[in-house]
Amino acid sequence: MNHIKEFVMKYVFMIAALFTIVAVLLICVFLFANGLPVMKEIGFDQFLAGTRWFPNNVPAEFGILPMIMGSISVTAGAIVIGVPVGILTAVYLSHYCPAVIYRYIKPAVELLAGIPSIVYGFFGMIVLVPFVREFFGGNGKSVLTASILLGIMILPTIIGVSEAALRAVPDQYYEGALALGATHERSIFFTVLPAAKSGIAAAVVLGVGRAIGETMAVIMVAGNQPRMPGGVLEGVRTMTANIVIEMGYAAGQHRQALIATGVVLFVFILIINLTFNIVKRRSDI
Amino acid sequence: MNQKTMSIILRVMVFAASILTIGVLLFLMVYIMARGLPHLKLSLFALEYNSENVSMFPSIINTIIMTVLSLSIAIPFGLATAIYLNEYAKRGNRLVEAIRLTAETLAGIPSIVYGLFGMLFFVITLKMGNSILAGAGTLSIMILPLIMRTSEEAIKAVPDSFREGSFGLGAGKLRTISRIVLPSAMPGILAGVILGIGRIVGETAALIYTSGTLAELPKSVFSSGSTLSVHMWYLSGAGLHMNEAAATAVVLLLIVLLINTFSAIVAKRVSKT
Repeated sequence: MNHIKEFVMKYVFMIAALFTIVAVLLICVFLFANGLPVMKEIGFDQFLAGTRWFPNNVPAEFGILPMIMGSISVTAGAIVIGVPVGILTAVYLSHYCPAVIYRYIKPAVELLAGIPSIVYGFFGMIVLVPFVREFFGGNGKSVLTASILLGIMILPTIIGVSEAALRAVPDQYYEGALALGATHERSIFFTVLPAAKSGIAAAVVLGVGRAIGETMAVIMVAGNQPRMPGGVLEGVRTMTANIVIEMGYAAGQHRQALIATGVVLFVFILIINLTFNIVKRRSDI
Repeated sequence: MNQKTMSIILRVMVFAASILTIGVLLFLMVYIMARGLPHLKLSLFALEYNSENVSMFPSIINTIIMTVLSLSIAIPFGLATAIYLNEYAKRGNRLVEAIRLTAETLAGIPSIVYGLFGMLFFVITLKMGNSILAGAGTLSIMILPLIMRTSEEAIKAVPDSFREGSFGLGAGKLRTISRIVLPSAMPGILAGVILGIGRIVGETAALIYTSGTLAELPKSVFSSGSTLSVHMWYLSGAGLHMNEAAATAVVLLLIVLLINTFSAIVAKRVSKT
């Protein structure tokens, strides 16, 4: 009797474990089956490289290049703002912070990761948008505003992964540099940091994935005009925003074009995941 | 530039960045609290929602139902996967590689893509309509990799001597897992589940087109219902209810604070054992 139970349960566990594979397959099948036909209908080049998004015109025009460029520009901005601050904070946590302070700062960084994106968006709307309007001009809803907000939102990802990478570097690197007469800072920035560069690169790639996929916060501060990005103080619409804003009332080809936007975003994410895996594998020394 | 000035500049940068990170967090928390607390009136917790009181009470109930439903799907699958990977699968097994790769893929997919999938699969193909059940199905896939990874780490941390002791006393594999491994790994598993609750409570994009934005108490799991985050999106989106949105943000922040504190306490128990 016990033998049968053992045998059955082993396969129960195995079948349950297959669920993740099934989930990924289902997601791929449903997205591609619903998104690819309309891309073909519109024409891949028209859809991906078209700069005009006018779903209500007759005939309707579905070019999502403005949204692709929008996503790329706010992500690039987030990286420029979030990565330096994140890496420097990770250096502080791994090489400066006394244990007493670490007990409070580490949970604080984790709290930053736990705050819902809608709350970040709200914060951006009532604080960052007026701030950018006052100090930089424009109407406040812009690439710059979205970049600042996303830069804050990817901080916990960058800090967490970079800190782990810095801690994984053997102490001898740091001690060796010190013994050769380098200062504390020089030892960290010229021996430990280069040794951790694969892990830090993985952190950046992960941050890119977070920023490009972020939806609610970006919608509330980016302005959402479906046109090519004109400057850092101009509004843009990201792919994620395009889906949420128009899905509510879209029908027919328009609706399918929105799903196709999701497919393009999904492909971006798959490429980023793949890059992350390659970089991470290299960092597992 | 000599070494000394460079060292000072680098040190200043390190401290400035850290102060900036913590400063942003503190400023955000204090600002939202100050903006929302004065508007946290009793009428926001009225039993029935109407356009006058814009009560968040139904959304709180929806959030609880959504959390329980999503977890009851994600925990069994996540835990079973973790048990299979740790206790049964052989190292370097092809299947194991595939499971890990897909789990990592799931972890990287943005919530809006989950929302699209949930809409196409649960809402349309399975004909659930905009319902709490469709939302919970979507979220359970979304938090699966999190539950799986934390459970796996917790199970992996159980020393082999525990298992050997159990086998030595004549217990079978199944009994060893259920009586020895899982109880020892419980705090770690729990910490992961609590983080999962945080993801569910904070999720918006995956729910707008799966569970819908109806801020009313659900009649069953097949009716539409907005969670607290979706409700807040609805309130701030119209621009008419900014005060109420701020009050909702306060409630969300308090929940997140509670969840993080609780998770940290549980996790501390792990490191002690």
